[in-house]
Amino acid sequence: MLAILDYKAGNQTSVRRALDHLGIPCAITADPAVIAGAHGVIFPGVGAAGQAMNELVTTGLDKVLKDQVQAGKPLLGICVGCQIMLDYSQENDTKALGIVPGECRLFNPAWTEEEDGRPIRVPHMGWNRIVQKRPCELLKGIEPEAEFYFVHSYYPAPPESYVIATCTYGEEFCAIHGGPGLWAVQFHPEKSGRPGLALLRNFYAYCKEASRA
Amino acid sequence: MLSKRIIPCLDVRNGRLTKGVKFEGNVDIGDPVETARRYYEQGADEIVFYDITASHEDRGIFLDVVERVASEIFIPFSVGGGINTVEDMRAVLVAGAEKVSVNSGAVKNPDIISQGAAAFGSQAIVVGMDVKQVEKSETIPSGYEIVIHGGRKFMGMDAIEWAKTCEALGAGELCVNSIDADGTKDGYELTLTRMIADAVSIPVIASGGAGSPAHMYDAITKGGATAALIASIVHYGQYTIPDLKRQISDMGAKLRMVW
Repeated sequence: MLAILDYKAGNQTSVRRALDHLGIPCAITADPAVIAGAHGVIFPGVGAAGQAMNELVTTGLDKVLKDQVQAGKPLLGICVGCQIMLDYSQENDTKALGIVPGECRLFNPAWTEEEDGRPIRVPHMGWNRIVQKRPCELLKGIEPEAEFYFVHSYYPAPPESYVIATCTYGEEFCAIHGGPGLWAVQFHPEKSGRPGLALLRNFYAYCKEASRA
Repeated sequence: MLSKRIIPCLDVRNGRLTKGVKFEGNVDIGDPVETARRYYEQGADEIVFYDITASHEDRGIFLDVVERVASEIFIPFSVGGGINTVEDMRAVLVAGAEKVSVNSGAVKNPDIISQGAAAFGSQAIVVGMDVKQVEKSETIPSGYEIVIHGGRKFMGMDAIEWAKTCEALGAGELCVNSIDADGTKDGYELTLTRMIADAVSIPVIASGGAGSPAHMYDAITKGGATAALIASIVHYGQYTIPDLKRQISDMGAKLRMVW
């Protein structure tokens, strides 16, 4: 079973619908006992970093999440979830969870699009390819040409050793960071069609495997 | 590099897919959920649903369609039509849409854009603008005026100024629909699309006039749009979405070709 962390993130229901479609048992929950009993945790997120952190801290879910990571529970952060796993976000000048080192930065409007040299439009909204930098169970079986759906104005910037895949929008930025069992994706797998669903299925397969080990 | 998006638009009335608002009489052309799933499987990058339901009771049927769509397709979709308040926005977002499109509701009450952006984030707020070409004047320096009610009511607002206002109020995206081009299949209004794309830094969707892959290619290149909205050219089987994408891609545009 996967626990979808319930902290009123805009996309938590979309994530549940995608998992339902895949036949993966899941629950949207803020109950520490349910989270502790899950094979893995999905940490969703849409909206602003400041508000998301406020909600987490007020409810004590920040601590629940950190404890689970500490205990080795597989975690998948999505979009704002991916961003606030870092130490800090420029959005609302937010001190974030610090599960992974690094910070989250605003897209630089001085960056220009490759095709016509015009300044990039922010948010980065739409489908884009990712380039894998190191092996990752999440991407197993997904063709390199696959694209994922992004919608964000800030991007994660962890140290290079944490970068699993990058995406290019004006310049290259980190699209997946983390390491085995602790992953974060800037795009929305729940809205990225077949490749996105495959990524979620891979995450669940990893979680089940990890719980057996 | 970001792919340009191809977005089919579905008009829904009484829970059924119909011909567009402009047509006399409404002809049932299928089930919106089935059609959306087919377009999803064929590589549509996003889908727009437009509620042309008249009555309050029918709104429930429409929201039910939105919920069913949300549990069957796993790409973003937006919902427009009849959005006049933040509560209207909330209802479709809770039902499973990623984005909500507000049109005349924003023209009458621009604050709904900032209220919606504050409540749900800018990424969730699309402003649809219906535009007609007019004589250039002091009030309409660009020669493009905002209209509502399918083009029957002129609002005395310059389209370029309105686009900038929407962006300043927190819109995450603009859908620019040329009433002059709509339904002609003669191509998008490229001058208008380009003027707006140059005036704002948020993504712009071109709408109205798609009749061929070349029109769509023009919209996302010369027109400066990041996405092209289509309707009848796919609804009636003239083209499939893979046909369109292959042809536009062959012309040199960057599209999502694996799905």
